[in-house]
Amino acid sequence: MKPLRYAAQAIVVLITLGLIGYFSASPPYGRVPAENAIIKLSFAHAAVKKGGCRELSAEEIARLAPNMRRTTVCSRERLPVDIDVLLNGQPLYAERLPPTGLSGDGPSRAYERFVVPPGAHTLVLRLRDSDRTEGFDYETTHTVTLAAGQNLAIDFFQGGFRFE
Amino acid sequence: MDTAEKTNTADALAFLKRPLRAVYMHCDRLLDYAFGSQDNPFHSLGGLGFYLYWIIAVSGIYVFAFFDTGLTEAYGSIEAMTRVQWWLGGIMRSLHRYASDGLILVMGLHIMREFAFDRYRGTRWYSWVLGVPTVALAFAAGITGYWLVWDRLAQYVAETTAELLDWLPIFGSPIARNFLAPSYVDDRFFTLMLFIHIALPLVMLFIMWFHVNRVNHPRINPPRNLAIATLVLLIALSLVYPAVSQGPADLSRVPSPVGLDWYYLWSYPLIDVWGPAWVWLLYFGGSLALMMMPWLPPLKRRPPAVVNLDNCNGCTRCAVDCPYGAIRMGVRTDGKPFEREAVVNPAQCVSCGICTGACPTATPFRRASALIPGIDLGGLPLLTVRERTHEAAAALAGAARVVVFGCDHGVAVNAVASESVAGVSLPCTGMLPPSMIDYVLSRRLADGVVITGCRDGACRYRFGPQWTEERIEGKRDPQLRARVPRERILRVWAGPMEATRLTREIASFQHRLATLTTATTDPADESRKAVAE
Repeated sequence: MKPLRYAAQAIVVLITLGLIGYFSASPPYGRVPAENAIIKLSFAHAAVKKGGCRELSAEEIARLAPNMRRTTVCSRERLPVDIDVLLNGQPLYAERLPPTGLSGDGPSRAYERFVVPPGAHTLVLRLRDSDRTEGFDYETTHTVTLAAGQNLAIDFFQGGFRFE
Repeated sequence: MDTAEKTNTADALAFLKRPLRAVYMHCDRLLDYAFGSQDNPFHSLGGLGFYLYWIIAVSGIYVFAFFDTGLTEAYGSIEAMTRVQWWLGGIMRSLHRYASDGLILVMGLHIMREFAFDRYRGTRWYSWVLGVPTVALAFAAGITGYWLVWDRLAQYVAETTAELLDWLPIFGSPIARNFLAPSYVDDRFFTLMLFIHIALPLVMLFIMWFHVNRVNHPRINPPRNLAIATLVLLIALSLVYPAVSQGPADLSRVPSPVGLDWYYLWSYPLIDVWGPAWVWLLYFGGSLALMMMPWLPPLKRRPPAVVNLDNCNGCTRCAVDCPYGAIRMGVRTDGKPFEREAVVNPAQCVSCGICTGACPTATPFRRASALIPGIDLGGLPLLTVRERTHEAAAALAGAARVVVFGCDHGVAVNAVASESVAGVSLPCTGMLPPSMIDYVLSRRLADGVVITGCRDGACRYRFGPQWTEERIEGKRDPQLRARVPRERILRVWAGPMEATRLTREIASFQHRLATLTTATTDPADESRKAVAE
């Protein structure tokens, strides 16, 4: 009887340790096929404020608390940011990004991942952060050769696109 | 006969519980055979969880001592531990990993077992509901731990977690931006992650304490043999298959594929398949559903235990034996010359009757006054149990008449009834006062007594078989009197699926009884019986 009991113990132990050991690092998982590359586009950028500012009248100023008096009042809300990305002349991403925050006064934010094949690519990036109706405030063209498994980061920072 | 006040187990989730319960019962039998009931890991899943937590804590403290918080230092320090100091640092790292994985495994088995055996409704809602944040914190602590290694897996975890968090509209700037490119990560990130990784388990421990504080005698430690074996086996696994890093993180490269820890990161691939919104729904919806389960539907409660002060001398045995701490000893209120009295909290009482079994005044021999013990079950008074015992015994015939005292959650006593075998079912075997065995045998109501109930370690009310065994063996009050012939008592702890085994054991017991010459009785009892008649 005892050998059978020891065998049962060994089976239970091996199964338990096998389960713990194997699933602690296996099977492997890849969210992106290894032969591809990734382009990440991300920024947090605040567009100009919506509606501009207005001069307060003397009565309006008088109604304010003495320590809160000012001559102009501006809207807190910001405009959305328009972003447009072309990859090799083809549209890759085009979005109107609303401002964040409860009052719509925060920056517009973006974080996008694009899986692309390796090789040479031409990227055109355009961004609008004003109330203009035509054209973009910022535009750049960038040519890059991506290796398999490479990660290209694109940021919009201090008035320009940044590639890393 | 079954108790009419049987717990309501018919619920909407019964179709899930039944097959799961069958699986656990089969596993129990196998593990009982392999390790013995005492060291059966399935009987100590909660205790194993606590034990693994402590292994994680001790190994984590060691790893922390050699861990450097820095962009390159983090990976380097872990690698040094694994490669250079493999004989201790490497083992500690692996122990930290495997004990953490074991914790998730044990927690999963613990949750499913309590669900399968319907041990989460009624007064148990408290432990169940508090278990949910414990699980969530265990996952969060484990996932933050993977960030700290800062290898390719850490990069994957960091990027994916950030993308998941960014779906919540509460961050001004995307968190994922912090992992956009190599220059975006700084050393402070590791300090923050380390703080979170240490803080979360501390909060978890705090909740774990609440998780068990409404149960009496919580099993927060596994049996010694099981504890030693668990540690030795985890160390062996650490030596044979050490946990290693998967190459340094490089944000300019795509971390794909990675060796995923599926215990902690099973939901991460779902983010790619379903998108973050559905995964958040799974997390929150799943947690909410789990927390609501004790009321889907709520357990129909039977009348709780009732204290009869005329017969309560404040001995504390009921309070000590109550599995759920539903009885406290209060100041005496009736002017009797006793210091304390038992006070039942009906909200915490599960109506198992274990308190009645513990009460020294719960003796069926009582004749001078009505059979009302110091504490009795409202729905099934001891007087009724005695009457049912008489009814069962009256119909018995043959040379080896047997009365079976069973529980509503083990083998149904009706399943083993025959011309010479009759059963009385109790909510829990622990409700049976040892004097009832004495009563049946000394009054010759039967030639033998069989006590059966849930398998050891699988008791619905936690301590039924244990308390019963200890009372019969004279290790726990109230004890079975020495005069009671032990050869006329059979204890069989069997799950509801083991009616065949119980029948077989009873038949064998009856065969032994038939070979015994005459029933051993106390002459004093005989004279009392004569007076009574």
